[in-house]
Amino acid sequence: MAKERIKARKIRVLPGFKLTLGFTLFYLGLIVLIPLAAVFWKASTLTWPEFWHTITMATAMASYRLTFGASFLAALVNAAFGLVVAWVLVRYDFFGKKIVDALVDLPFALPTAVAGITLATLYSKNGWIGHLLEPLGIKVANTQLGIFIALTFIGLPFIVRTVQPILEDLDPELEEAASSLGANRWQVFYRVILPMLTPALLTGFALAFARALGEYGSVIFIAGNIPMKTQITPVLIMGELDMFDYGKATAIAAVMLVVSFVLLLTINVLQWWTNRYNTNNLA
Amino acid sequence: MTPAAATFHVQYSVVQRRTTSEPPFVRRTLIGVALVFLSLFLFLPLVFVFMEAFAKGIGFYFETLRDPNAWSAIKLTLLAALISVPLNCVFGVCAAWAIAKFDFRGKNILLTLIDLPFSVSPVIAGLIYVLVFGAQGWLGLYLNADNPKFPWLANWLNEHNIKIIFAVPGIVLATIFVTVPFVARELIPLMQAQGRSEEEAARVLGASGWQTFWRVTLPNIKWGLIYGVILCNARAMGEFGAVSVVSGKIRGQTNTIPLHIEALYDDYNFTGAFAVASLLAFLALITLGIKTWVEHQQAKQETSK
Repeated sequence: MAKERIKARKIRVLPGFKLTLGFTLFYLGLIVLIPLAAVFWKASTLTWPEFWHTITMATAMASYRLTFGASFLAALVNAAFGLVVAWVLVRYDFFGKKIVDALVDLPFALPTAVAGITLATLYSKNGWIGHLLEPLGIKVANTQLGIFIALTFIGLPFIVRTVQPILEDLDPELEEAASSLGANRWQVFYRVILPMLTPALLTGFALAFARALGEYGSVIFIAGNIPMKTQITPVLIMGELDMFDYGKATAIAAVMLVVSFVLLLTINVLQWWTNRYNTNNLA
Repeated sequence: MTPAAATFHVQYSVVQRRTTSEPPFVRRTLIGVALVFLSLFLFLPLVFVFMEAFAKGIGFYFETLRDPNAWSAIKLTLLAALISVPLNCVFGVCAAWAIAKFDFRGKNILLTLIDLPFSVSPVIAGLIYVLVFGAQGWLGLYLNADNPKFPWLANWLNEHNIKIIFAVPGIVLATIFVTVPFVARELIPLMQAQGRSEEEAARVLGASGWQTFWRVTLPNIKWGLIYGVILCNARAMGEFGAVSVVSGKIRGQTNTIPLHIEALYDDYNFTGAFAVASLLAFLALITLGIKTWVEHQQAKQETSK
């Protein structure tokens, strides 16, 4: 009873609830929700067989396989190396650590087109890295490997930035307790630290994966965009748009949007899990 | 310190190092792995942008930037950022105020909706505005040349020669869409952590709503706000996918900096492309610099409390 009364009074003390919430909803509706609804409106103007035919055509299926596969592998590689980077940044001291820490966010800050032309040139046949790989028989530019590298670049900060704060807040007593009970360092890591990092790792993985699925700018320059081979789904949508085939473009976009919504919900659940873990540790 | 205590201290620290850290060779290996990975994926590309930009000398560099098409791209990018950043800043503050200072049902849904633009592919972000405003879209249906449902609107748009898609308004709209969450995402957790008591105290002491916001809330959130704004700005100036769908890519008219980079690259003018790209890479470095500085200030504000 008393608690409820306090709550009711709190709402009255601070002004602007209706104004700010109203503006928030109006703005979101106008800029985000109504335009997004247009995708489903346009997709619904297609007949069901048309829609189904478009989203399951051979080039589309190949693009899903490539987009999902490359995004998954890139997120996986980032999970492994991101964990190492986060670990090193939190636990060890070395020369230039602060600069390294700041530069981890570079893929967030560097426009995708700049990343795209840079990676494409670096890994081209005559590029700095490409000419070293060429004699080994490894081709990166215009191959699926190139797409994987671009997606690894743009997903890099996600794991580091989700794992880092959790690692910083980890209670050292837990590790001391484990080792005083006879666990060696590897066991402490594997049995004590890693389970506590799992929610953050999964969140970072999902964020990197979701970002990679929709990525466009950093991929198009290095990929070559050959249908059935190196054409990712956003590039396929772009291709349909360039031919003014809005129906086809929208149908494939609707599939991508549904996948994004599902991933967004998953990420929110994961984040809730991470935060719960985190506050439990602090308590 | 007595000798006994000193011995204990030394022993304790030795034991602690052994139990909660790794042997030096593991440590060095991990640092090595992290640095090699980061050099390959981050430092090398960054250095490369600037090396390539000046590959044909400083004269060529400035010639590329002085080109009228480059100038028009720079102006258009600044315009898009000048409109989208303040709008999303106001939105972010409003959303954070409503979410952090009040309890209401559906808050988690609202939080998810604010995140939506982050999870939508940039290409789709452009596509949705084509579907709304394009010739085959919603607006197109109502403004159909043969049988417009709103003739006055069609006439007005025609008279004033206003185009949205493949023109500047479309570019601005797409930029706003992709940058919607940045400020809100920074402010919401910050304001939630700060709670409501300071604002409530100000109100009880007689401050008006605006006074409370300007004198109590704003000083508390200023670093988070700056952080959100610079991230928002970096994305607004660098957005490529969404803008390339709605721009129509008319050189000197509807090309932004990233689209101009693509045009130069497609012309095989690689040095030119990297020269323009170096502008955005420089912007990224400034953004990271301000971010690091803001984090430092934020930490100082925390400890001084």
